[in-house]
Amino acid sequence: MEILVCVKRVPDNEENEIELNSAGNDIEKDDLVYSVNEWDNYAVEEAIQMVDNHGGSVTVVSIGDEESEEVLRREMAMGAEKGILVSDDAFEGSDGKGVATILKSVVEKGNYDLIMTGAQADAGAAQVGGMLAALMDMPYASLVNKIEVQDKKLKVGREIEGGDQEMNEIDLPCVLSIQTGINEPRYVGIRGIRKVASVEIPTMTAADLGLGADAVGAGAAKVQRKDYFLPELGEGAEMLEGSTDEIVDKLIELLKAKGGLQ
Amino acid sequence: MAQIFAYIVHKDGVADDTALELVVAAKKLDASVDAIAVVTGSGAELDTVCNDVAASYKEVYKIDNEALAYPNAEVVRKALVNVLPADGIVLVPHTTFGMDLGPGLSIKMDSAFVADAVDFEGVDGSTLKVVRQEFGGQVSAHMECDISGGAVINVRPGPFLPDESKSAGGQVVDKSGDAGDLAVGRKYLEIIVPEAGDVDITKSDVLVSVGRGIEDEENIEVANELAEAMGAVVSCSRPIVDAKWLDKSRQVGTSGQTVKPKVYMAMGISGSFQHLGGIKGSPFIVAVNKNPKAPIFQVADVGIVADILEFMPELTEKINEG
Ligand SMILES: Cc1cc2nc3c(=O)[nH]c(=O)nc-3n(C[C@H](O)[C@H](O)[C@H](O)COP(=O)(O)OP(=O)(O)OC[C@H]3O[C@@H](n4cnc5c(N)ncnc54)[C@H](O)[C@@H]3O)c2cc1C
Ligand SMILES: Nc1ncnc2c1ncn2[C@@H]1O[C@H](COP(=O)(O)O)[C@@H](O)[C@H]1O
Repeated sequence: MEILVCVKRVPDNEENEIELNSAGNDIEKDDLVYSVNEWDNYAVEEAIQMVDNHGGSVTVVSIGDEESEEVLRREMAMGAEKGILVSDDAFEGSDGKGVATILKSVVEKGNYDLIMTGAQADAGAAQVGGMLAALMDMPYASLVNKIEVQDKKLKVGREIEGGDQEMNEIDLPCVLSIQTGINEPRYVGIRGIRKVASVEIPTMTAADLGLGADAVGAGAAKVQRKDYFLPELGEGAEMLEGSTDEIVDKLIELLKAKGGLQ
Repeated sequence: MAQIFAYIVHKDGVADDTALELVVAAKKLDASVDAIAVVTGSGAELDTVCNDVAASYKEVYKIDNEALAYPNAEVVRKALVNVLPADGIVLVPHTTFGMDLGPGLSIKMDSAFVADAVDFEGVDGSTLKVVRQEFGGQVSAHMECDISGGAVINVRPGPFLPDESKSAGGQVVDKSGDAGDLAVGRKYLEIIVPEAGDVDITKSDVLVSVGRGIEDEENIEVANELAEAMGAVVSCSRPIVDAKWLDKSRQVGTSGQTVKPKVYMAMGISGSFQHLGGIKGSPFIVAVNKNPKAPIFQVADVGIVADILEFMPELTEKINEG
């Protein structure tokens, strides 16, 4: 099975506290630590396991600047055979449909049986996978947390509300968005990264993909982010301050009053 | 202004809470328009839902087809593309179903798509201003959406308070004949319900809930000790279950358990809407987080900026001292 997994380089939620810049209209981008989008890493692991069991190969693709190459390399160290970096200033300002349109043109350059995305990335949109599927006229299932390979078909579980699993049969080729917890992504050490350090990763531009400003980038975007802001949200929590001793005493008092302690 | 449609999610003949929230969302989007409810399904159950929803929407589109008996988003999408006008604005709840339906629907209707909208700030010409959140709720963003060719907007459950008045006295219009060809490449098979776990966190009045801030599997013990001292049970956020540090039955949130404790101790949990969606009945929420700007502090009653790995043992010790 030939599998394409779409991966995005995003600010790492574990390492960063996202703050507004001094102008108050964008996030502070200095000192941000980036990594591969958590959901995408599960998708890559799943693809590698499928190929281990059923043959084929895994290709990872990322749209971004040159720095996205490090994310591709990390996923290749896990076991993805090929990497494709898609990079062009013309992609700047693309909305979800723009990103899906770029990915579609990448898919069309290959011969894939299965395309995987993460369920969602840093903006919590959860949109690119479903858009890509619709653009390609392929069936789609989101939030997949189980995959069984059958003949020309997959049996997939979607994780829905309450953790229930909605089982579906889906025809190949198809697009799946992967939910976290589907597997346990393998660890990647420095040595693994070194092993793939010299593997060539081709870069594709808008011209290579035959994409014009009418299809991608800010000009084609029907949805654009104007600014970031921090909403005024009422009072919020009563913040306990002082020495740890004082805070703990105060908290114990409150817990007793609220039934949290006998 | 274009027509606004609200997709009604329902199960076992009962409309989801989001049905009443989308009425309010639509009014906030454009006060001059009465939204039309769209209900897909099959048989008597569908009629029950349509009649119920007609109390809240002036007009209800009913789409009855056996292929829609289970809401397979791929099938629903085809029906909606055939029934709805291309320039309509379609509101869908941002749930696991909405994530399955919305993005692809927008492509097939050739309209704009906005995910997880939490507020609308008006229409200017053909530009709709939408508020959403990014980075797990750490910051908000204003989106400008060109609605001239229609739009599909996934609306977060929760922020729009439901309109319970049920005073619309609406009518049901049967659109089943327009549904068209509903053949798709994905077939629904069955729902598998997860096995019950070792503890039932929904039964506990006090929960010590740990999130990614616990950092390491070994540190779960620190939470166990605090829970024991408090007579509480340990629950957690999703990443802790994904890492297999705790059983799925301990996960609080939309894709886990819905809990109604008296006291909820959120330890190193950022406060994503999917986590908060599992906490009902307004418990007293205590949040401990090392990030003073963590979104959890907006919903907590009491907040403490601290490292939970230092704070929890201190609290445990003092409680045990009596
Ligand atoms: C369809 C869908 C369903 C989902 N369902 C659920 C669900 O049911 N339940 C759920 O929880 N999530 C769910 N999620 C995931 C959700 O979006 C968030 O990713 C998740 O809730 C984040 O968990 P967290 O708060 O533990 O981690 P993070 O967001 O990473 O937050 C960790 C927090 O800990 C703080 N911290 C770090 N170290 C320390 C320390 N030493 N001391 C104190 N504080 C510290 C950080 O400042 C941060 O605020 C779902 C997602 C999707 C897409
Ligand atoms: N710039 C990108 N490059 C590659 N894949 C992407 C990119 N943006 C989004 N995706 C894919 O789409 C998924 C969902 O992202 P989103 O719709 O932005 O929440 C991600 O998990 C990725 O698999």
